[in-house]
Amino acid sequence: MPSAVLLLLAFGLGLVGWLAARGRAWAFRRTAPRGRIDSLPGFHAWYVALWIAVPALLFALAWNTISPALVTHQVLADPAATVLPPTGFERDTMLAEAYAVADGRAYGVFNAEAQGLVEPFRAALLKFQSIGLAITVLIAFAGGAFAFLRLRPDFTARTRVERAVMAVLLLASLVAILTTIGIIISLIFETIRFFGMVSPTDFLFGTHWSPDPMSTSAPDGSKYGALPLFWGTIYIGAVIAMVVAIPLGLLSAIYLTQYASPRVRQLMKPLLEILAGIPTVVYGYFAALTVAPAVRDAAQAIGIANASTESAVAAGLVMGIMIVPFVSSMADDSIAAVPQAMGDGSLAMGATRAETIRLVLIPAALPGIVAGVMLAISRAIGETMIVVMAAGATANLTLNPFQSMTTVTFQIVAMLTGEGSFDHPATLSAFALGMVLFLVTLALNFIALRVVKRYREAYE
Amino acid sequence: MDEARTASDSRATEQEHIRALRRARMEAGLARRYAVDRLFRLAGLSAVVFSALVLAFLLVSMTANGVSGFKRSELRMTVPIRGAMQIDAQRLGQPDPAGGLELAGLPHVIDSAADRAFGKGGARLLADDAWREVADTLIADPSLLNNATLDVSLPASDKLAAAQRGDGDPDLRTIATRLERAGKLVRAFDFGFLTRSDATSPQSVGIWGALKGSILTMLVTLVLAFPVGVLAALYLEEYAPRNRWTDLIEISINNLAAVPSIIFGLLGLAVFLGLFPNYRSAPLIGGMTLALMTMPVIVISGRNAIKGVPPSIRDAALAVGASPVQVVFHHVLPLALPGILTGTIIGMARALGETAPLLMIGMRAFVATPPGDLTSPSSVLPVQIFLWSDEIDRGFVERTSAAIVVLLAFLLLMNGLAIYLRNRFEKRW
Repeated sequence: MPSAVLLLLAFGLGLVGWLAARGRAWAFRRTAPRGRIDSLPGFHAWYVALWIAVPALLFALAWNTISPALVTHQVLADPAATVLPPTGFERDTMLAEAYAVADGRAYGVFNAEAQGLVEPFRAALLKFQSIGLAITVLIAFAGGAFAFLRLRPDFTARTRVERAVMAVLLLASLVAILTTIGIIISLIFETIRFFGMVSPTDFLFGTHWSPDPMSTSAPDGSKYGALPLFWGTIYIGAVIAMVVAIPLGLLSAIYLTQYASPRVRQLMKPLLEILAGIPTVVYGYFAALTVAPAVRDAAQAIGIANASTESAVAAGLVMGIMIVPFVSSMADDSIAAVPQAMGDGSLAMGATRAETIRLVLIPAALPGIVAGVMLAISRAIGETMIVVMAAGATANLTLNPFQSMTTVTFQIVAMLTGEGSFDHPATLSAFALGMVLFLVTLALNFIALRVVKRYREAYE
Repeated sequence: MDEARTASDSRATEQEHIRALRRARMEAGLARRYAVDRLFRLAGLSAVVFSALVLAFLLVSMTANGVSGFKRSELRMTVPIRGAMQIDAQRLGQPDPAGGLELAGLPHVIDSAADRAFGKGGARLLADDAWREVADTLIADPSLLNNATLDVSLPASDKLAAAQRGDGDPDLRTIATRLERAGKLVRAFDFGFLTRSDATSPQSVGIWGALKGSILTMLVTLVLAFPVGVLAALYLEEYAPRNRWTDLIEISINNLAAVPSIIFGLLGLAVFLGLFPNYRSAPLIGGMTLALMTMPVIVISGRNAIKGVPPSIRDAALAVGASPVQVVFHHVLPLALPGILTGTIIGMARALGETAPLLMIGMRAFVATPPGDLTSPSSVLPVQIFLWSDEIDRGFVERTSAAIVVLLAFLLLMNGLAIYLRNRFEKRW
């Protein structure tokens, strides 16, 4: 593990520098005129430690990235490399195998010819690891010496260390932007490659979805019509799940905020929150094992002949249950945000609680509730495991909730966990679907946040 | 005059009558309105109760199934040891002791012992790798090699286990009933379920491999997401100037918190697996992917906790000459830490239950050995549950529920800790 050694080395030297600089700064305190130094000894110590560890770590990182290429280069110059085929996949595999053995990651080679390369690899590795180690130590000492020599009683170590701390804080907050950019770039690249093979109109408006990840013929645009997937997603996530979640969530919120005694509220609220904390794979299992067969039997009992075990309604029902605490806490918040005086005024006029809720509180809280519902929808259409386990794989453009339906997230999982190669249109279609999903949820979240923001201002 | 009086009388009675009518109508209306109110209240109550009942049903059905998933069908038998095998106790201290026992003929010894104990074909009633459990016992205590015999409980074959549950081959079912009556076939609590790893037969699967994978993945997630999340929250809440850049950072954090988890899986697949193609399905990559997902949750809860620290603390520190960095790291952060920790635990609990992004980065492979380090292939608990749920065997259904019980226990533990922290350190200023 050379990278771990480099890491430990950098931190070890940093610690040594820290202790040395601290000792030196304490010495200033005794010898400096009037015994005053600009910064506390700890800041001097951190200043030196940073100058040792940061350059060394940066170098170690860079070295770890480039050294494998250097090692391979040296091995290729070795006479033993003549046994390799000149180009191609086989050559790369053999090189990788020999490298892995020399590195200690593997115990033997699959191709016998690669065995001869193990020793050259080992030698090259040793050479470049020693070079890397030497340079790291050199850099650490150079940085440490530079920093140490600058220490003086009037040296402003604190300002400099704090500047470094601020840089770290700023970098940490940039991670979120980098992640967002990473998501967008990784989705866009593959989506563009996909649209190079299948036209966007075929994809967005076609009604037939049957990609074959194994086919080797030219991609057929008519097999990549994603409309049934969009329909399945909306039908399960935004229709069936919401039919369950909105009434249950709203009524729960109303009961818990308006009617329930504090004790009941204290007991029931966390109970509902447990529903939100259950992993979706458990819900999926529950849907597939318990709810789906029950739904099928019920459908057959009322005379629906073609009811399927994997049905939109089973997935939607369970998803609705999962969303209930989400809707209820959003509704709870927005009802609580309505000024107390409005509810009190209505009650004082002689209205019953039900009337106050129906005619005063709900209309006043409506924007918040609507925003909550939109967030809930965005969550439901991005939900994966429940539909993967309970909704089915057949793309169906139907209104019958007892039929199997497939969704965008299901197809992403199906396309990317199959055997297809990474540049097959079927695999790439998963990224295009991900892009659509990302954009739709983004839009829903954005609108919801806007509505909440505007609404919040109205009463403040 | 009489007429007038009668007229006024009749008017009075009429008015009274009208008043009575009105009151009756009002009372009826009031009654109706109160009825509506009661109905409304009832509807609310039943919504809450319904959700609670669904939760209870889910938990009870999982636990009921899960309890039998912790058990397995075992055959009780006696195995001859001394003289049956040519092996030295010292051999068990050397590398690959199980291989040594196999060469010495342990599987054969057990098979013939089974034939003797359960009649002809008895060896087939045992699971294929049953000898390994005897081997493990012997390796753990080599002095047992001097015993004449060893009483063991070995896993039954999948078919016999199914027969004991009452399905499968009728012939086997009669055998199962016979053995059960004789006390040789029992359903026993299976401690091995917690210490073994994935396997192809429900009789010999365990969750340790997946659990260890989950623990390693969570470790990576925590190490990456916690510092970054806390530092970002500190920056945004304490130092960030109000400008377009901070707005952008803020919007992207809020958005990331609401992006579907599977999108993070696509990101991990395209970026992390592109950078480290050799680490497919390793806890390192899984942890990195989940860290990106958890970080926004930590930032948001961290900011709330930091906001809760009263400004007077900052002012006091500044007034005695602390620098802004000292104010935050010496005063604000320690006071906000319990709140941040609560948010972190909740975010980690969410990450622990997450399945979809890990499927994307290839953590659905069959992994029969627990991961040795952060870069070796591994599974995680929710993915293991997902993989087992695809198996048709009834034995796997029970095992899946048992794994779910373990997962839920972990989640309850984490949430309990979060609640405890919140109650223990909650401060009103």
